Amino acid sequence: MAQVSSTVDEQVPTLLSVSKSILLRISKFNPELDKSSKFMEFTVSYEKWTTVLEAILDVKKHFDHSVAVRYSCRQATCGSCGMLINGKPRLACFTKISELDSDVVTVEPMNNFPVIRDLTVGFEKLFDTHQKIKPYVIRDDTELESDQREFLQSPQEVEQYIQFANCIKCGLCNSACPTMATDSSFVGPQALAQAYRYVADSRDKGKDTRLNIIDESHGIWRCHFAGSCSQVCPKGVDPAMGIQFLRGYLLGFRN
Amino acid sequence: MTKDEHREGIKGMANPGRYGIERIAYLLMRLSGLGLLGYFIAHIYETSNILRGRMGWDDFLAMTQTTEGHIFLALVIGMCVFHTGNGIRIMLGHGGVGVGKPARPDYPYEPASQNYRHKIGIYSSIVLAAVAMMYGMAVMFGE
Repeated sequence: MAQVSSTVDEQVPTLLSVSKSILLRISKFNPELDKSSKFMEFTVSYEKWTTVLEAILDVKKHFDHSVAVRYSCRQATCGSCGMLINGKPRLACFTKISELDSDVVTVEPMNNFPVIRDLTVGFEKLFDTHQKIKPYVIRDDTELESDQREFLQSPQEVEQYIQFANCIKCGLCNSACPTMATDSSFVGPQALAQAYRYVADSRDKGKDTRLNIIDESHGIWRCHFAGSCSQVCPKGVDPAMGIQFLRGYLLGFRN
Repeated sequence: MTKDEHREGIKGMANPGRYGIERIAYLLMRLSGLGLLGYFIAHIYETSNILRGRMGWDDFLAMTQTTEGHIFLALVIGMCVFHTGNGIRIMLGHGGVGVGKPARPDYPYEPASQNYRHKIGIYSSIVLAAVAMMYGMAVMFGE
């Protein structure tokens, strides 16, 4: 149960266990009305398993239904609830309050994305850059003849790209990237990692096409291997690895 | 803040506190690169003083013989050593060397590209830079 910090304590004890409480600071910003963001503060009780998303929804339910937050699956699969939690990009549904080890939890919209309202950001550019690198298998013989079998792969061939296929397009990597912080034209770690995902796929024949797309002034060469993208990825995609492999292709270290 | 822009900007790019030693190395690389570029320009100006003859050359060189000059040169040594050491690490990484192999990730998803080899490379570059600075200062202040 959440409560506005300025109100009198009216905590309702749960039946399961004695819960602790934290101060949840939620960034509020409506670009249509506000000039700058401000924080609303709520005291939220939590259990060992309570996620940040559950705490935000608790606030929405009991105190401020106007808090704008995007979410769907609540199990780190849809990639909708990315936000800055205590200054670091994380999925709200995949971050337990108890793991943050802090009495104050501050949630803000992700950096490097336009704010729609409060914690919700626009993903248009993310999807545009994702689409730009042609995120699909490119072949001349895309359609199977009736007597053909599907394009078979060995387990070793699958290992080359399966990690990168885990991307849920949550945008946390783009939010953490120091190049994205200053270069609005940079293609970003999400799209670059997905370029590698298809380049490394043995069924794909579009390697040269994709390498040409990312081999431009605001393309792969703007990555300086800070590795922050990989550190925040909630699915273990490791975009930094994929980007360095892609660069290996362009530099002639890989075939 | 506007609807269209919510970039962290240089302040966010230069904030090394949230992402571990790799992000600190990233910041130090930028700072040492800018510092060495500044030194390069200053060095061209310094050596051009030879056109003023021996007196002019000696006068300018005397600036590096002060305490401030020694500290400045020690910083240049540190920046040079770190930038070289870390630069070799990054160049190898950019070629795909030492960044791990693609594999099915297991929770808690430790990124293979941020492995101990790279961490050793970063810490080694910092330690080497510190040792070189100390040696440089011992030579300069020991005169």
